Amino acid sequence: MFSQPDITVRNFAGKINSPNPFWLASAPPTNTGEQIMRAFDAGWGGAVWKTIGAPVTNVSSRYSSIDWQGQRMMGFNNIELISDRPIEVNLAEITEVKRRYPAHAVIASLMVESTREAWHDIVSRAEDAGADGLELNFGCPHGMSERGMGSAVGQVPEYAQMITKWVKERAQTPVLVKLTPNISDIRAVARAAKRGGADGLSAINTINSITGIDLDTLIPRPNVDGKSSHGGYCGPAVKPIALNMVQQVMADPEGALPMSGIGGISDWRDAAEFILLGCGTVQVCTAAMHYGYRIVEDMADGLSNWMREKGFQTIEDFRGLSLNRVTDWKHLNLNYKIVAHIDENKCIGCDLCHIACWDGAHQCIHLDRVSGPVDGHVENHPIPTLREAASHAALTQTPVTRRERQRVADHGPYPTPLSRIPRVDETECVGCNLCSCVCPVENCITMVEVPTGQAPETWAERTAS
Amino acid sequence: MATTFTEHPTIRERFADLHPPLTGQAATIEANRCLNCFDAPCMGACPTHIDVPGFIKRIASGNLRGSARKILEANVLAGSCSRVCPVEVLCEGACVMHRYDRPPIQIAQLQRHAMDFFHRSGEPLLLEPAVERNLKVACIGSGPASLACAAELRRHGARVTVFERRPLPGGLNTYGVADYKLPTADSLREVELIRQTGAEFRLGVSIGEGPGDTSLDALEAEYDFIFLALGLGAMQRLNIPREEELQASGHILNALQLISAYKTGRVTEMHGSAVVVGAGNTAIDAAVAARRLGATSVTILYRRGPNDLSAFDFEVEHAHKEGVHFLWQRIPVGIRTCADGRLQMETRSVRFEAGRLEVVPDSHLELSCDRVIPAIGQSPLEQILTESHFVVATDGRILINHQTGQTTNPRYFAGGDCANGGREVVDAVADGKRAAIGILAAAEAVNV
Repeated sequence: MFSQPDITVRNFAGKINSPNPFWLASAPPTNTGEQIMRAFDAGWGGAVWKTIGAPVTNVSSRYSSIDWQGQRMMGFNNIELISDRPIEVNLAEITEVKRRYPAHAVIASLMVESTREAWHDIVSRAEDAGADGLELNFGCPHGMSERGMGSAVGQVPEYAQMITKWVKERAQTPVLVKLTPNISDIRAVARAAKRGGADGLSAINTINSITGIDLDTLIPRPNVDGKSSHGGYCGPAVKPIALNMVQQVMADPEGALPMSGIGGISDWRDAAEFILLGCGTVQVCTAAMHYGYRIVEDMADGLSNWMREKGFQTIEDFRGLSLNRVTDWKHLNLNYKIVAHIDENKCIGCDLCHIACWDGAHQCIHLDRVSGPVDGHVENHPIPTLREAASHAALTQTPVTRRERQRVADHGPYPTPLSRIPRVDETECVGCNLCSCVCPVENCITMVEVPTGQAPETWAERTAS
Repeated sequence: MATTFTEHPTIRERFADLHPPLTGQAATIEANRCLNCFDAPCMGACPTHIDVPGFIKRIASGNLRGSARKILEANVLAGSCSRVCPVEVLCEGACVMHRYDRPPIQIAQLQRHAMDFFHRSGEPLLLEPAVERNLKVACIGSGPASLACAAELRRHGARVTVFERRPLPGGLNTYGVADYKLPTADSLREVELIRQTGAEFRLGVSIGEGPGDTSLDALEAEYDFIFLALGLGAMQRLNIPREEELQASGHILNALQLISAYKTGRVTEMHGSAVVVGAGNTAIDAAVAARRLGATSVTILYRRGPNDLSAFDFEVEHAHKEGVHFLWQRIPVGIRTCADGRLQMETRSVRFEAGRLEVVPDSHLELSCDRVIPAIGQSPLEQILTESHFVVATDGRILINHQTGQTTNPRYFAGGDCANGGREVVDAVADGKRAAIGILAAAEAVNV
């Protein structure tokens, strides 16, 4: 019962093994053999080598980020190209890494010009060097796509299928196709890859972006001598987009393949979510660029502890369990009703739920616990602005004596004065969740099911009859 | 206006900022902690109702100018308020973070951050001159209440003259606030901004019936309305034998005298030991000042116990940190001068029996010291105006309509300590601003 779960990955996409599902994505953290070996020492299970292929020259600068309310790098953007080191050096280092770390997964990410010969050549050289698998970079959204590679391939299903087929003609190791999100329906390319014979997929690559504009110089970021270029967006901000795209592919019988999940994964929680949608491994880049390789320790540790708590022995025990919990809107139960419940003992009186409900939702959270609710079927409440105006007009003095200070400190039965604890009008509450989203206090606003007494009914069922 | 003032370098050194300002990044991080409450309790707790979440969100977004202007809309002395307000019992005391098991938002520090930016920018208070109107108001006293009243009146184009009997304007902000909270120069800078709006300052002018005074009758003849912001009266005496003699020799120096003396550089050091009598906030300021000026030992003598003193808890804590000692339930009954020039203060224990102060028998204790600093409150204001001009005062406070500041004489308005009995700078600012609006409304009513 107290045995530690097994988080090793076996036979991913046919025959890739790694000590854990945490791989470094093809990016600057996997630029050199020296880095990758340090990453393996830190605990990473695998690494997808920084893309090897056509020769490039990089620019300076290359990155820019989105900070949010004092938090650095909520979103991250790059205009760096594929590896700018000679192919021979990269291949020699792959050989050396595999010699020293035979149990770890080393995947060669590849991108060459779109000819059969070029692909055959690079596939053979990568496999000869000792790579455990190949990842076809059909996703890079900047620079390379202007030269007919990267997302220029990934955005045209026919090209993706053709190149996958070329690669499969020569490849002995599993072939993963990395999908670009910069397309209206990601399933089209997943299906093409599958038709081309791919053994697996990785998704998502970065999203086309301009992170922002310097309001002093009026130059967008990152600034390369006064100009910028659209880059690839990643980091915590993109996770919901990535989860959605992974789910779409994995729920599609024509597109689903062994999946390596990518997109904003920063900790074990994120990783578990991708695995619950069917991923066999996950890839990480931004979090490692932000904090270094050491973050993998808690990823492995946290995932194991969660698995133990949930009773999962292996990754396969929970992989894909949440996949069928996503459905089309028309199959949702229209007769399920929840309402907001405010815990008076936890409420701190910020009243953000009140103003959010009034301005952003359905006007059913009121500050009337002292004044009393309004009778009648339709409640008639003063608008929030009037309450603010009343506060503004109130005469307030500094409590200078002890007695005055005592009076200020006095309040009702809860930690917060009753006048500031909002009340939910449950008959009007539509159960939208907004108040519980804005509430800063954990578990203060919970959404409670209210039995409607009606049998479940979906939109599809309702409109079918 | 003679606001030429140079701060004494020794004083600046000994009274360095108690709470140094936030750096830009620290301010941004702190601003982002603010939850932006609806109908925010901090705003409600502020007597001037500064839109706290509003100005804090502007700091978070990098809109410092907008932040400062938002603050100034509500409180024209926001710079000094950010330094001297007892925020623990005002905005920061009301912060919901207390119930969230987190430290409250550092509202005062953020306000100072915005105001420091504003002062550095050199911008005037009024972006465009108001349309001048034929309404003349005299403000008596140049403390926070008058300054707020004058600024609000100028915003509406009224003609304002501020009369101040002392050489420098600003009242207690200039002469009475501990320098580690608000340096004299910073107070004067704020006054200067108000002067630049077009308010006229007449310094060194006493209003009253004494020789050389300007009479109220003369003011009534020249001005449409008179705003009284007289503050409180002189500090209470100890009522012990030989008090005048010891005052004359400088052995007794009351708390406000001491504070104004060091703030204007007339006292820059203190030797030996001092006994402060009283335990209000001014007593604490004086005791800490004595320590910083070099007194080796400072004792606060208080007739009641630690649970009864009127000083704010954070002030008492600060005094402890500065090495001030407290002697509870004890009063001075006499002071002797020794041959070596030192003082022997004779004290007795006291207790309250049924609300009455009783001397405990055989509780004699002598304290030797070099200086005695009475700080047992200011006396109610003198009755110079009240009878002759129908301005009624009760319990030493001028009676006003709290919404408008109007006194029992419709041409007289009042605010600040003389009307509220002695509160904080922010209360005076609120009073002054309300009175200005009251005056403007009264002027409308009589078509001035």
